[in-house]
Parts: sequence; structure tokens; C-alpha cells
Amino acid sequence: MTLELRGITKRFGPLVANDRISLTVGEGEILALLGENGAGKSTLMNVLYGLYQADEGEIFLDGAPLRLSGPGDAMAAGIGMVHQHFMLVPVFTVAENVMLGHEATGFAGTLDLDAARQRVREISQRFGFDVDPDALVESLPVGVQQRVEIIKALSRDARVLVFDEPTAVLTPQETDELMGIMRQLRASGTAIVFISHKLREVRAIADRITVIRRGAVVGEASPTATNAELAALMVGRPVELTVHKEPAQPGPDMFVVRDLRVTDDAGHAHLDGISFTIARGEVLGVAGVQGNGQTELTEAIMGLQAHVHGSIRLADHELVGRSVRKVLDAGVGFIPEDRQVDGLVGEFTIAENLMLNRSHGKPFVSAGTIRSGYLEDFAQRTLEEYDVRASGIQAKAGQLSGGNQQKVVVARELSRDLNLLVAAQPTRGVDVGSIEFIHKQVVATRDAGVPVLLVSTELDEIVALSDRIMVLYRGQVVGIVPADTPRETLGLMMAGERPEGTAA
Amino acid sequence: MTTTAKVPVPIDKSAEPVAVPRRAALKAPIMLGVVTLLVALLVGLGARAGDTTFQLATDTDFFDLPEITLPSTATVWTLVVLLAACTAASALLASRGRRTPLWLVGLFALLAMTAFLTWAAADESLTVIGLLGGSITLAVPLVFGALGGVLGERAGVVNIAIDGQLLFGAFAAAMVGTLVGSPWGGLVAAMLAGALVALVLGFFAITYFVDQVIVGVVLNVLVIGLTSFLFGQVLTENPDTLNAPEHFSRLPIPVLGQIPVIGPVLFRQTILVYLMYVAVAVVAWALYRTKWGLRVRAVGEHPKAADTVGIKVNRTRYTTLLIAGLVAGAGGATYTLVSVPQFGEEMTDGAGYIALAAVIFGRWDPIRATLAALLFGFASNLQLALSVIGSPVPSQFMLMLPYVVTIIAVAGLVGASRAPAADGVPYRKE
Amino acid sequence: MSTNDETQPAPAGAPAAGAVKDPKEPPQQPGRFDGVLREIVAGNAMVAVLSVFLAVVVGSLMILLTDENVRDTAGYIGARPTDFFSAVWTSISDAYSALFRGAVYNTNLEGFQGRIRPLTETLKFAGPLILAGLGVGLAFRAGMFNIGGRGQMLLAGAAAGWVGVSVDLPTVLHLPLAVLAGALAGALWAGIAGFLKAQSGAHEVIVTIMLNYVGYYLVFYALSKQGLLQAPGSLNPKSQPMPESVVLPKLLGDRFNLHAGFLIALVAVAVVWWLLNKSALGFRFRAVGENPDAARAAGINVGRTYLVVMLIAGGLVGLAGVNQILGTTTSGVTVDLDAGIGFDAITVALLGRSRPLGILAAGLLFGGLKAGGFSMAAAEGIPVEIVLVIQSLIVLFIAAPPLVRAIFRLPKEATA
Repeated sequence: MTLELRGITKRFGPLVANDRISLTVGEGEILALLGENGAGKSTLMNVLYGLYQADEGEIFLDGAPLRLSGPGDAMAAGIGMVHQHFMLVPVFTVAENVMLGHEATGFAGTLDLDAARQRVREISQRFGFDVDPDALVESLPVGVQQRVEIIKALSRDARVLVFDEPTAVLTPQETDELMGIMRQLRASGTAIVFISHKLREVRAIADRITVIRRGAVVGEASPTATNAELAALMVGRPVELTVHKEPAQPGPDMFVVRDLRVTDDAGHAHLDGISFTIARGEVLGVAGVQGNGQTELTEAIMGLQAHVHGSIRLADHELVGRSVRKVLDAGVGFIPEDRQVDGLVGEFTIAENLMLNRSHGKPFVSAGTIRSGYLEDFAQRTLEEYDVRASGIQAKAGQLSGGNQQKVVVARELSRDLNLLVAAQPTRGVDVGSIEFIHKQVVATRDAGVPVLLVSTELDEIVALSDRIMVLYRGQVVGIVPADTPRETLGLMMAGERPEGTAA
Repeated sequence: MTTTAKVPVPIDKSAEPVAVPRRAALKAPIMLGVVTLLVALLVGLGARAGDTTFQLATDTDFFDLPEITLPSTATVWTLVVLLAACTAASALLASRGRRTPLWLVGLFALLAMTAFLTWAAADESLTVIGLLGGSITLAVPLVFGALGGVLGERAGVVNIAIDGQLLFGAFAAAMVGTLVGSPWGGLVAAMLAGALVALVLGFFAITYFVDQVIVGVVLNVLVIGLTSFLFGQVLTENPDTLNAPEHFSRLPIPVLGQIPVIGPVLFRQTILVYLMYVAVAVVAWALYRTKWGLRVRAVGEHPKAADTVGIKVNRTRYTTLLIAGLVAGAGGATYTLVSVPQFGEEMTDGAGYIALAAVIFGRWDPIRATLAALLFGFASNLQLALSVIGSPVPSQFMLMLPYVVTIIAVAGLVGASRAPAADGVPYRKE
Repeated sequence: MSTNDETQPAPAGAPAAGAVKDPKEPPQQPGRFDGVLREIVAGNAMVAVLSVFLAVVVGSLMILLTDENVRDTAGYIGARPTDFFSAVWTSISDAYSALFRGAVYNTNLEGFQGRIRPLTETLKFAGPLILAGLGVGLAFRAGMFNIGGRGQMLLAGAAAGWVGVSVDLPTVLHLPLAVLAGALAGALWAGIAGFLKAQSGAHEVIVTIMLNYVGYYLVFYALSKQGLLQAPGSLNPKSQPMPESVVLPKLLGDRFNLHAGFLIALVAVAVVWWLLNKSALGFRFRAVGENPDAARAAGINVGRTYLVVMLIAGGLVGLAGVNQILGTTTSGVTVDLDAGIGFDAITVALLGRSRPLGILAAGLLFGGLKAGGFSMAAAEGIPVEIVLVIQSLIVLFIAAPPLVRAIFRLPKEATA
């Protein structure tokens, strides 16, 4: 089965998300679609999956034109998709999720759950998965949830399978396993489209690579191309793959965490007795697969977690038990992992967002009233200093691109006098230009003598910025290692294996 | 290729499903303790001597149950001790991290209610049959309304407009019932009227993404305005030709209706009550056991996921909402085809809001919501019964009960429970 | 706001480093009046006006459909169409001129004082609508849906009434004390919902709805109990009339019913405007309303904000109740004291888009509809509930601008 996209154009108002994109993928082939965040990869796949209708262009399956008015048509044609954000109903069982949309029924529309269970078992067996058809999806680990997504697509006899950024939530080992599954599928004749912005993975698995930038195909590459070549093609200019920084000049320990334990309302521990220190002028990177306690760590520091035990000391201040406001007042800057949820008020102007965490007094507020003149001057200056591209300080934050939104958050936090910077996923969903800018700011903050806690699930980012790396696994510290530790070792640590010669 | 061995299990999901959040487990014993204390205070401070008589029989039963006469004070204190025992059991379970089972809460409620009735009806005689049977009658619109609410919300549309659906249903039933000269015509009209309100709700909430709470509240006002306007302008001019519907009469079911207690309470009712039994069963079955129900729930929990497997989200929401409107509208028919002889302005008196409370109190589940609606019907009827025998409790406090219970439930017991994830969230494709 | 970059269509294909708008396009700095003009044509103001127009059209149709003359003449429309059209014209013009005479200026009366009286009635009705509308709108801005206006007004009216009849003081002290007691009672009643939301996340829509009924029965109980609020020796659920010392002074002399409650409303508009647009507290209200997660991460105590905003909102709604008992219906506290204002307030707040000046305008409009509605009922026999219909239709239309634009084939909103 050969899938061909010819001249696909998709517009959103004045924006051209996909500009005359053409590509082909054949039976038993893995085509990688490479591009940075916001290049239009997902839009293209949503067109292919019938979620969006293309404004121009056609899709051909084995040479016959295909009309897709919805995902139902795509599935009927044998196109399946493993979504980046899993399209699973959390409160349904695996079997219910797999059968949803093409339910086998008995008398009077009664669900035939047995048939669905059988189908799940059958496909699981074929690929060596171990998935319980009656498990609630929300109780499954993300890696297994992804397998449910794959089962779901295969249960409809998908011959073309699209994987949309499938490795974002996986450990390096799980990623390897996923690649094994993809090879197995390829061997059985499935055509695979693999969407990613991770050069390493693309080179490892793809038969061919198509690079798109700003909505258009900018070139083809073979898996033998170097990282630098691919990156340059993807971004449109030579990219510095490494961050320039001087060796750290760590001062005395400024930030000391001892026996930190964080539990949820149910009493389950998300962080179980972790300890570490960060010195002045040092970046401590926290590596680990998403969901191993990183979120709880940053939130515990900020006072956003309810059940925190142990000690978090910043210079002479104990932070445990303090309100968020007290923590901020102690000079802690916070770049939250999801800027749209925790970082910005989308309906507020840039100026208002810049004073969001300083509404309780000087310099922005006096006698309960906002000093609008001061705020405007400040916002204007900050906008220029941090290179935020917007129509002005009155532009709504929600209308900015991801990179500019993140710059507003970074600007707000770094424009205060800091004693600690907590940066969680500071470059997630951000374009390369902004990534470079934000990385420079993080390094500059370190060089100004501020301890920095950097949390990221992108191992490359951790390695590039950190002076030391702490690996979290299931709420515990696997080890704290130097920044030049080999990636393979870090990968094993992220899976919970403690390398020899390192102390927790 | 083995997979599970090395897959790290993120610890933010509870591995053992039995475990219950400690705070949630503690809520039940605390609530039970508070109620036990209240009952004890009530009978301790307002001691009432005498005997309480419970009548359980009607004259057409297979056999007669005797009247039960109990010494009020002694009975009440015995019950308080039993209540305390239930509370202790619940606390014991909580200390082991287990949730209080529903049957224990049910038993507790039954004991507490008996204690209260024994105390309130001291030196009086209480007809239990009348009390329970009347409760069912009063609960009919609440049950229908709550079922409509559950359906809508399971599909992701918050329905504050239940009251509007009941009121419009009552109006249509009265007018059309009179015009066609048959209560069945009235019932059909009531269902269509409920569906019409649902259609407007859907139009604004689904097609135009207007906040569902806003549309619901405004629709209630609109229906009040519309029915009152038409009542004043048209119905009062021609009461005989437009507002004198024929009624559904009581339809005792042979055999079943003659079982003592159960018979007169459940099976000597109007056809609307029997329809209600059917509706509850059908809705519960359809929602959990059929393809349609699976899709409705998927659309209410994760509409995008439903879309990606080819389910038309907004069409599903519309059809579910329309069915919900038909059901709620049938509840409205009770007012003008059973309870009173004609339509009157604002005659539902906010019953739709009680139905809404039942939806939430019943945790968006058709059976639980029905039980909640029955409970609220019981509270209303209890107030009526007590005012007849001269209640020691001011009637206003009895009438307040469903609302207070709901606030407590929302704040405490139900606080942790989960509405459908996409409840109230419009689905935009792009 | 939960959309992620990859799922959000707008920036998906945007030039990587630029803002959403094409960087080649010069930054738009339109003149102040250009902006105003565009706002009027494509913006919300136009939608508001058209919504009112649409609602009035529907209201007219209802009047026509139920008018006997119109129905009769429609029966022989083929034979004598002029009869039909003149009946339509008579019906509609009579209704709306009665409305106008009741709400603004009564040309049927002699002397300016008599003729302008309806306008003062409109202002009288507008006062509590504005106050309660501010209460609902302010809570809205902090993300709280206050449907509890009825209960808050009842409790406030009962508290103010209780101070009125049970305390004996000179006016200078008595009136402010009664007003304060009312505002406080409203604040506390709404505060329950804020407190529960902050403590346990209990949904305020449900809690405020339930509190309406609890408040109703509570006040009912107090009014039927000797020694609490019931007038001594009476069997009716009603209190004594308010003594002179707590009655809000008339603004234009005894010939007019307009009382100082309207001034309170105007002051409240100014205060709420300052609060929302200029104060740090209002900034936090808005931050919590737009994105509670971001507010929390920025050190704002979200729970306390919910409580504080509900206290203030309840106080404002309470003032509407005070306005009723100490100004409009001083004959005594009853359970009908709220006169539907608690729910009207929701429509006022929505029409005014939860902005103080918008609420002022919406309150005046609905006040006029109310005053005119009564005159329409008296003069033409059209049930006063037509006002409710028009009012709710206005809000429905205004909540769905795309619908209104589609009906009138207007261009899309500039920023959409």
C-alpha cells in the first residue's frame, strides 16, 4: 500500500500552516518527518487523518484519490495514528478504548466486550505486549498507554501508521523498544510515518527523511546525514548544537534540600527522601522521564504542593511550609513547565503578565493602586531587553507564539533580584531561536552567581546546560553525576539502574 | 520482546485500586458522627414523651400488618446508640484506609430517619404508606429531571435548564392535553416541549460555544417569562378550552399492588410513575451496556479522542441532549396531568434545581441520581406529613433539607467525586 | 487555555520566531477614533445593540401572535389586508408607546413634572439592578458564578429590616447601621459559597443555587416567628413597616419615588470600576478569574481571593436588597422582597459584559424595561412577563456574537 500526499496546503486565516507539501511513503517503509516545533508537522498529519480538511492538494492511496471528511474515513481507508497526546478515555478500560468507534454489538446494541477483549489479547500476543484488556487506562503507565494506542490503530487493520512525536514521554530504553515495534511493523508491510524533531531518533530508524520548515518541504535527507546537516536543514541556518559557557565557578552551597518527601492527598509518595545541594553560580540539571517526581520537586520548592516534609533551605531561609508568595519574596524565580497553565494569563496584556507575581506592593503597587505609568515603562524596557516580538506591551500574552510567551515568563522572573532560579522545561514547544536565547539567559543567570535548578526531559538540554546532573527515578535520586557522564549511562540511570561507582 | 519488566511505573498513579485518599475516607465517619450528634442533641434537648405509632397497612393488602407502637424516648435512644455504632464502624474502616460501604451509609440513613420520625411523631400516629407513596409521587418530576440532567452531563453538556424543561413540559401538557382531550397527547407534547428547550440549549451551547451555565440559567428565565406571558395572555382568557387537561388516573397493578407496604407504595400509582421505573432502567442500561452509551460517555469524557475514532462529537451531544429533553419534559407533565388540575405560573417552583442537585448528589449516575431524587421527594413529603400531625420542627427547616443536604454533599462527600471530564466544555474542532 | 502549541492551529505554521502576525506587516498603531469606529462596527457594542433589536423583534412577534385583533384580521387577510396591517401597526405601536410612556417620558400627562416621572421610575428600578449586577459581574471577573443573588438579597433585606424595626436610633446612625447590616448579611451569605469553594472546591454554581432556597426558607421562618421578624400580633409572614429613621431619603421630593438607593448604585459603580481597573486587589481578582493556576504559581492566594470576591460581591448584592427594603418597598420585609432582581442581575451582568460601566448601562436599560413593562401591562393588558422574555433573549443573543453577526451578515470580529 502506497500513500501519497500531493500539494497539500492548509491555511488558518492568513497563516499558511502547510504550503504545497508533497510526500510519499510505501509499504514496509519508515518515512521520518523532521521539523522543529510549529513547523506544521502535526497540522499535516491532522489533514492526513481527516481531522482537518486541506484547502488544496490531494491524498492518494495506491494511486486512487482519497476523500477524507473525518477520522472515520481515514480509518476505513487503513490509516491509523498514534497521537502525541494519547487519544484514550482515561476512565475507560483498554478494551473499551480499543472498541470505541467500531463496537461489536449483540442484541439491541448491547456491547460485546468479550469480542473486544479477545481482539486486544490477539494483537498483544502478536507483538509481545502484555496488556490487560480490563485495566483502566488511567491506571496504566504512559509507556503501556502508548501500546494501547498502537493496539487501537492495529485493531482496525491500519496499513499506514502515523507516529506523532511518540518518544516525548519515553525513557531511552522505552524508545528503543518502540523502535523495535516499528521495525516489526515495517517487516509486516506496514507503511510508517514517524514525526519527530529529535535528530538522533530520526537517523536511527528512518529509511528516508523529509524535512519541513515553516510549513513547506525544504529537503530530503538520508539517515546517513550528520546531526549538523539535519539541524541546519530543519532550522534554515547553521545551528550551534552546543551552548557556549565558561566552566562554572561554584561558590558556597546556597540551596540545600534534605530528605524531601512529597506525598499526594492519597498519601502516595511522589518524592521519597531526596537530598541535594546547589552552589552559587552552578546549574544542577534534573534528568528523568516525565512523571518521576520532577513536577513535584519544583512545586514543592515553590510552595505549590500540599504535603511536603523535610527541609528546603535557601541561604538562611527555610522554604518548607511557606506560602508561594513568601517563597517568591525570598528571591526564587520560577519558570513553570507549562507556561500556558502556570506561567501566563493568556487574556492579560504582556505588561500585566510582567507584574503577575508582584501585585502585593512596590514597585508596581502603591496604596493598593497599580502604578500604571511605572508598569508601562518597565514593560517597554523589558520587551526590548528580552527581544519579545509583539505588537506592543498591550498585546495579549495568549496571542504570542510559544517562544515569545516563554520569553515573557523568563523576562518576568529574571527581572527580579534572584537568589535561586527554578526552570522547568524552559524550552518545551519553543522555536530554535528562542531556545538559544533562553539558554544564554540561563547561563548568564548562573554566571551572575545565582544557583539554578534546571528540570528537563530533553537529555540534550540537560547535558548542554548543567554543571552537575541529578537523575530522578520513581521519586528517588538515582545519582548525581558530572555533566560529562556518557549518555548511555544517563539513559540507564533514567531507567532506574544505578551505575557503579556513583553514590546516591 | 518482553515489555513490562523494564517499564518504569510512574508513581503518580496509585498502583493498588483499593486504596482510597485518606481525606476522602475520613469524610464519611465525620459526617456520620455529626449526624449522630445532631440526633442525640435533638432528642436530648427536646425530649418528647409518649408512644409513636407507625401504620403499615392499607385495606386492600393480601394480609394486614399490625400497627407498630413504640415508646418514643426509649426507642430514640436505642437508635442513637445504633447510630453511634455505625459511626464507629465507619471510623474503624477509615483508620484502615478503606471507604465506608454504601450499605452502611444506607443503614445509617434509615436508622437516623426512624429516630427522627419516632421523635417527631411522639404521641401521634404516622401512616408510613402514605408517607412513602406520596414521596414517590412528589419525586416523579425530580427523577425524570435528574435522568435528563445525567444524560446531558454524561455527554458533556451541563444542563441547568432542567427547571425550564419541567415548566415548559407542564405548560405544553396542560395546553395540548386540553386541546386534544387526552392526557397521552399532553404527555407527548410535554416531552416535545422538553426537547425544544434542550434544542435551544444545544444550539447555543454546542453550536455557538456559549457558556452552558449561562444558557441554562437564561433559558429558565426565558421559559418562566414565556409561559407566564402565554398564561396571562392566552390561557386565562380561555381556561376551559386551553387549560383544563384530563388527568392520568391511578392504575393499581393487580397482585403487585396488593403486597403489603411495597404494593401501595410502588404499584398503586399513575402510569407516569411506571414510566419512570422504565425510564430509570432503560437509561441506566443504555448508558453502561450499549454502544450508544459508550459513545455518549466517551464524548463527555474526552471528545477529541471520540472524534479521532470517527464519532461525531457534536451530533452525539445533540441527540443525547434531545433525548434528555424528552425525558425531562415527561417529568413536567406530572404537574398538570397528575398533581393539579391546570397550569399555573412558575408552578415547578424551582424543582429543576432540586433535580440538578440530585444529579450531582447522585454523582452523574442514573441510579444514584434517582435515589437522590427519591430522597428529596421524601423530604418534601415528610414536611407535609409532619405539618399535618403538628410537627415540632418548623416546616421551613424541613423544606430546606434537600438544599442543605446538597450543599453538605457538594462540599464534603461529593467534593472528591468526579464529573465527566469534558462536562461543560464546548468541543471546537479547530 | 489548555491548548498546546501543537494542537493550537493559529501559531502552528507561524514564522518561527515572530509574533503571530506577519512580521512584514507594519505594527498597527491605529488612531484612537479609528479604533472606536471599528469597535462599533465589528466589535461588541454593535452586537449589543443588534441583540437588543433582535430581542425586541421577537417580543413584538409574541405580542402580535397573541393579539386578538391581529388574529381576527389575519383571518381575512386576503380580503382586506389593510385591516391586518393596521391591526399589526396599532398593536405594536400601542405596546411600545406605552412602554416608552412608562419608562421615559409620558406625553399623556400635563406638566413637566408629571411627564418626566417615568424616567425617575426607571432610575428607581435601575438602582438595585445595577447593584446586584455589579455583585454578579465582579464575581464573574474572578471566575465565580454567583447565582445566589436571590438568597443574598433576602438575607440582606431581612438583616436591614431587622435593624430597622428592632433598633431605635436617630437617622444619622440608624440608616447607616441598617445599610451596613444588610450589606454584611449579603456578604456573609455569598461568603459561604466562596469559603466552600476555597476549602473543598465545591462548585459555587450549585452552592449559590442551593443557598437561594436555604435563605428563602430561613427568612420565611424568621417572618413567621413572633419575636424574630414577624410583625407583633400578625399571622402573616411579614415584618412591620420600616420606621422613618431608616428609610432612604427621596431624591426629588415626595412626588417622586426615586430614592437615595440610586446614588448608592452610582457610587458602587465608581468603586467597582476603580477596584477592577486600578487596584491591585482587582488585578488579582482578574488574574484568578482568567487563569487560577498561573495566579497560584504567581503567589496569589486563590482560595482567599474566592472568599474575598464573594464577600464583596455579596455585599453589593446585599445593597440591592437594602435598596428594596429601605427604599422601594418600605412597607415591611417579605419573602418576595427580591422581586426577581437576584436573577435579573445575572442578565444585567452578562449584558454589561461584567464591566462596571456596561452594567450601569444594562441596569438602566432593564430598569426602563421594567418600568415600561408595568405601564404596558396596565395600559394594553400585555402581561409584564414579556419583559422577562425580551431580557433573556437579549442575553442569549449577546452571548453568541457569531450568531448575531450571521443574522445581520456583519464582518467577523477584527481580532477573531
